[in-house]
Amino acid sequence: MIEKQKIAESLSPHERKILPYLEEGISDICQKTNLDRVAVLRALEYLQNKGLINLVVTRKKIVDVGVNGALYRKKGLPERRLLNIVAERRIVSLEDAQKESELSDDEFKASLGALKRKAMIDLKNGKLVLSASSEEISKKTLEELFLEDLPLAYDELGPEQKFALKILEGRKNIIDYSEEKETKIEILDLGKSLIKDGIKVGEMIEQISPEILKKEQNWKGKKFRRYDLTVPVSRVYGGKRHFVNQAIDYGRKLWTEMGFEEMKGDMVQTSFWNFDALFTAQDHPVREMQDTFFLNLKGELPDKKLVKAVKDSHEKGVAGSKGWKYNWNEEEAKRLVLRTHTTSLSAHTLAGLKPEDLPAKFFAIGINFRNETIDWCHGFEFLQTEGIVVDPNANFRNLLGYLKQLAKKMGFEKVRFRPSYFPYTEPSVEGDVWNEDRKEWVEVFAAGILRPEVVEPLLGKSIPVLAWGPGFGRMIMGYYDIKDLRDLYKNDLTQLRNIKGWVKV
Amino acid sequence: MANIKFSKKLFEKEIGKLDEKMQDRISMFGTPLDKVGAEEMEVEIFPNRPDMLSYHGFKRSFLSFIEETKGLKEYKVEKALKDYEVDIDSSVKDVRPFTVCAIVKGLKFDNDRIKEIVDLQEKIHATVGRKRKKLAIGIYPLEKISLPISYKALEPDRIKFLPLESEKEMTGLEILQRHPTGKEYAHLLAGKAKFPIFVDAKGAILSMPPIINSEMTGRITDKTKDVFIECSGSEMEVLKKCLNIIVCTLADMGGKIYEMKIKGNYKETTPDLKSEKIKVFLENVNKLLGLTLTEKELKTLLEKMGHNYLKGEAEVASWRVDVLHEVDLIEDVAIAYGYENFEAEIPQISTIGKENPEEIIKRKIAEILVGLGLLEVVNYHLIPKADLLAKMGEKADKDIIEVENSKTEYNILRKNLSSYILKNFADNVDSEYPQKIFELGRVFNLVGGKIVESEKLTIGISPGNYTDVRQAFDFLMKMLELEISVRESSVNGIYVDGRVGEIYLGKNKIGEIGEVHPRVLRDWKIKMPVAMLEIDLTEIFKKF
Repeated sequence: MIEKQKIAESLSPHERKILPYLEEGISDICQKTNLDRVAVLRALEYLQNKGLINLVVTRKKIVDVGVNGALYRKKGLPERRLLNIVAERRIVSLEDAQKESELSDDEFKASLGALKRKAMIDLKNGKLVLSASSEEISKKTLEELFLEDLPLAYDELGPEQKFALKILEGRKNIIDYSEEKETKIEILDLGKSLIKDGIKVGEMIEQISPEILKKEQNWKGKKFRRYDLTVPVSRVYGGKRHFVNQAIDYGRKLWTEMGFEEMKGDMVQTSFWNFDALFTAQDHPVREMQDTFFLNLKGELPDKKLVKAVKDSHEKGVAGSKGWKYNWNEEEAKRLVLRTHTTSLSAHTLAGLKPEDLPAKFFAIGINFRNETIDWCHGFEFLQTEGIVVDPNANFRNLLGYLKQLAKKMGFEKVRFRPSYFPYTEPSVEGDVWNEDRKEWVEVFAAGILRPEVVEPLLGKSIPVLAWGPGFGRMIMGYYDIKDLRDLYKNDLTQLRNIKGWVKV
Repeated sequence: MANIKFSKKLFEKEIGKLDEKMQDRISMFGTPLDKVGAEEMEVEIFPNRPDMLSYHGFKRSFLSFIEETKGLKEYKVEKALKDYEVDIDSSVKDVRPFTVCAIVKGLKFDNDRIKEIVDLQEKIHATVGRKRKKLAIGIYPLEKISLPISYKALEPDRIKFLPLESEKEMTGLEILQRHPTGKEYAHLLAGKAKFPIFVDAKGAILSMPPIINSEMTGRITDKTKDVFIECSGSEMEVLKKCLNIIVCTLADMGGKIYEMKIKGNYKETTPDLKSEKIKVFLENVNKLLGLTLTEKELKTLLEKMGHNYLKGEAEVASWRVDVLHEVDLIEDVAIAYGYENFEAEIPQISTIGKENPEEIIKRKIAEILVGLGLLEVVNYHLIPKADLLAKMGEKADKDIIEVENSKTEYNILRKNLSSYILKNFADNVDSEYPQKIFELGRVFNLVGGKIVESEKLTIGISPGNYTDVRQAFDFLMKMLELEISVRESSVNGIYVDGRVGEIYLGKNKIGEIGEVHPRVLRDWKIKMPVAMLEIDLTEIFKKF
């Protein structure tokens, strides 16, 4: 099919309707087609897209009346009002003239100047005296004529109008400028040819409606108007899960595929589970209000046997350890805190395990808290995920093996391990993965084997418990290219609607 | 996190060329190389190794790691000379009971070394010393003081001396009230009847630990050759270790260590640089690390980490504070072996993965609501008090759970999700409407003085009315095959009277549904009508 015919078939009813009148101005088109201006403009734009016409938009500077200008157009210019008083009284004092003309100080001063320059009045002994003839009085001034004619295009002003504008421009709010857009239609060759030939497309089907589908004859052998498929359509938004939760679900899938069982538990914990059970000495700085959210409430401790085992672990050491050698305070252990790590869940889990449950693997994904101010890289809530492997035969090489596997699942082939330090693991290890895009090592894993001082009181015996936590928040920010931590939970609906989905295979 | 900085030139002169291999060695020693500048380099020291908080301490351990030296480094300690004594008065018992002391002579200080030793002192204060509470160290030029020393406690107004960085003498109390360092650490002595001081044989006050030294006797200069060192605090063992760290560092700088005799409630001769014997079994090492080392290899590896080894026992240096258990030595073996040399291996154990059932149900709920075109939001668990109470038309402060000393305005644990959903609408008045949102999340309530955590669901539709929310909810319940009923509520809360219902699942009330009252919308500055529901998921979880 030749291009011209295709285009003819793509014209909408409106476009077809205005086609014959393209040589006329837009207002005329509106009148002749009985379409409103918006519809005409839109149809013209489509015609432009289809290469029939060119719309040439010119911008004109328009001189119009300002606030005072509009007022003076109704009441007369101040100098006219003053002149009327002087004409009536012939001779009048300045005070009376201002009072009777009801002019402000500014207006009165300007009017005096204007009338004196035109030699229409004189000032003699503090009194105003008329010096204009009645003919002069009755004639409209250039300024008055100009004001009546507004609005006018600046570029089309005559010399007298320009003179009047110069005078009025200097006075307060008489003149105002604006800009007017004028659209001119330039018909291109394709358009000319279509207008010349007329459109021979016959009846076109617009929307395929139930009405049309009712009878075969309604559509058989008929043409469907062609669409311009390149024109963008308006946006719609679907419902969706929060992008952080999409990532969490992915994490959950990763862990379960590797045979880990999910742990869940309270965010409010006693210091016992959050710190003491993890062999964090009671004078450790992390237990200060500076870093941790404490509640002004106390919780209950678990059974006496476990409490005693933890107490011993701190005071004199268990499983061959020297312990921290101080007096462990039970009341301190009761203080409630917002958990600072999901490791408190691991502690609960270990305490609940029976020998026949082993080997066992667990994971948690959850929010933790720290008493922090909020800025681009700090927040008082942060997301953590961690896994533990409770296996009497586990060793350090296995720990590295799990980390490597997890990294691989996350899409990182190259991993390196460095010594590190965490208070409740020994040995401890930091794992970096190689980010191929950024060409750099990125710290991802904090890992280690739980200390015997942690495991023995909880589990009743000392066996290796491998533990690690990938930096989850950072991974999410990396994926979504989020630079500011605050953007994770700001719940800006526009952001939520537009952010991409979590797709990782 | 503590970092130490030192001259790159010095490192290259005394340790070795800082090439790529050396940089790698530093990181693999467990001291991440943080920065290498033109002049200086910076390494991070983990909190378990305060003995490496100075260049000399780091050098001591690192040299044996790169096998320039081997095994435990021995230091000679000279016997106490005449008057090398410290008398402990019983008056210190209630305020700062212990001190251990030493003398080091024949030092050659320059500005770099003075800075190194002062930095070491400050870093130990900040970390092991728990900001001087547990331990504080004082170092004094010996030529300015007369031995023996006494350690006692006096009433604050009877203490008077010229503290460092001050132009006039101050009493103990004045120091706490006016001196900048005094103010910073005032809480450590505040409320005590007596403050501790070190006094020399002529009665001159040397210092008031753990606050400040005297200007007259407490400043080391490049002319100082001999020093008196004291560590005061509450736990004897830590004091001894930290004294050892200081004297060994000074000995590394060329000083000669002398003992001092401590007499009083307890008797000690310090410093005590005797190494400690800790059992380490080859079998345990191999089992935990997954290696097959021989005893000879174990010995070599322990020696690389600055320990000696003989027949199942490691000899551990007297300045190591981190060796509580065999595992601490096993980690040292692993570091010496090289983390990069371990072959990673996944054990062939079979376990079955399992998601938390509540999470499965929550995800299903989310999926159904997303199908209805709803957008999920996730809010914080802490909320500003005003958002939870005033803007929700609640006056009473009771039953709220407040966190102590929050650094932000977020100081209350949320007890519902609705307040956050309204906040979301308020924050999004410029976003496109309609806005249909939901949140699945944890709330916290006080029940009989105990905190109960539960999972909730809230749906908000704006502009929306009762029917809009009810339709979405009915669809959700139908998909979950749950029968619910709605009864008119007698309590309105944030909702319009006559347009608020209680939602029942069987006999249990699980939540509320209704149109939010214009008064509440006004307080939130929301300009569109909002209909909402909030339900507790506990009963729903039980159905699956």
